[in-house]
Amino acid sequence: MEKRDENISAMCRPAVGEAGRTGDWRTVRPVIDPTRCIPAVKRKSACFLCWLYCPEGVVKATIPVEIDLDYCKGCGICAEECPAKAIQMVREDQSDE
Amino acid sequence: MPENLFKINSKEYILPGSRACQGCGLSLFYRYALKALRENTIVTLPACCLCVLQGLYPSTPVMVPALNNSFASTAASASGLVAGLRALNKADTTVVAIAGDGATFDMGIQALSGAAERGTDFIYVCYDNEGYMNTGTQRSSATPMGALTTTTPILTKQQPKKDFLKIMEAHNIAYIATASPSYPLDLYDKFVKAKKIRGTRYIHIHVPCPPGWVYPPKDTVKMGRLAVETGLFPLFEIENGKFRFTGRSKTQAERGNRLPVINYLEKQGRFRKMDAEQLSQFQSMVDAKWDEYLRKTEG
Repeated sequence: MEKRDENISAMCRPAVGEAGRTGDWRTVRPVIDPTRCIPAVKRKSACFLCWLYCPEGVVKATIPVEIDLDYCKGCGICAEECPAKAIQMVREDQSDE
Repeated sequence: MPENLFKINSKEYILPGSRACQGCGLSLFYRYALKALRENTIVTLPACCLCVLQGLYPSTPVMVPALNNSFASTAASASGLVAGLRALNKADTTVVAIAGDGATFDMGIQALSGAAERGTDFIYVCYDNEGYMNTGTQRSSATPMGALTTTTPILTKQQPKKDFLKIMEAHNIAYIATASPSYPLDLYDKFVKAKKIRGTRYIHIHVPCPPGWVYPPKDTVKMGRLAVETGLFPLFEIENGKFRFTGRSKTQAERGNRLPVINYLEKQGRFRKMDAEQLSQFQSMVDAKWDEYLRKTEG
């Protein structure tokens, strides 16, 4: 990636947030309830279906599960697929609590 | 969750903040395909939704080299890449051509057929979102019967979908598979397998598209799952001419618990103009196709 080929004039470089902060496309944002989230409750690597099905790859498969809200587009797939119903989609103009 | 979830390559090859739509099935499939293919991969793609995801010059969210082509020349450019890599003695690099259904079923078929006939050593992936979604939902030959598109806005599409897998089967290539982003582990396994096989490999992905199919973005995974569970898009692979069902479709073929197609059709706005007659026709078409596949597993 570092070397530049003189013969190629239009070559892109990898960058985070190529389309800007895509988080502002969102009308609803995911909020995780740690008392229901399976990895947080069991304190071990388990489930992670939100990580598996996130099209953007903004969910981190860690304990507790983290979502990068700068780039989360708010599609809501994680909330749909969560078997424990631990993710709520909250309207952007409302606070978490 | 099964432990094979943790066998998946944990590295991400798509950085956050891509240009894909909310809840895009394509970016979900692309994420797992790149995880399975790992480094030493070159992607070649035509003008399609994928080239939107790849972003604008001078930056891209994708970590593998990708080449943008004209619409009809995806497979031809892959042939060139394979030849070039062989000349440079880099045979361990996998060339992957990824095109949409418009660029495969309609425009790219000539170059793809040529490359398959020559047995070019590459993976061709068709992500089938059943229309020209990038340019605003026009009808393609992959659009199913009864779907509303911007070029079939009144009577809906009257003709059934082209059976492209049969065309690819007739080329007698090394590996053919279907996969769905709603079953990412199955998709991952198929790409890992395809990377090891030599010769032309063809993988067909059924990609749900929220704006084109008219359903809320949160249902993308459900929609792909319903397509598999209704038998509309069975998951299978054909290795050296031998057909076998995989994953969810395999258990369905064994147990015979297929859902009616209406479950899938009623959730999408594009099928809202379908009448009862078209619906029964659609169901019998899916049934006939499913029976054909069942016969193939037996024989």
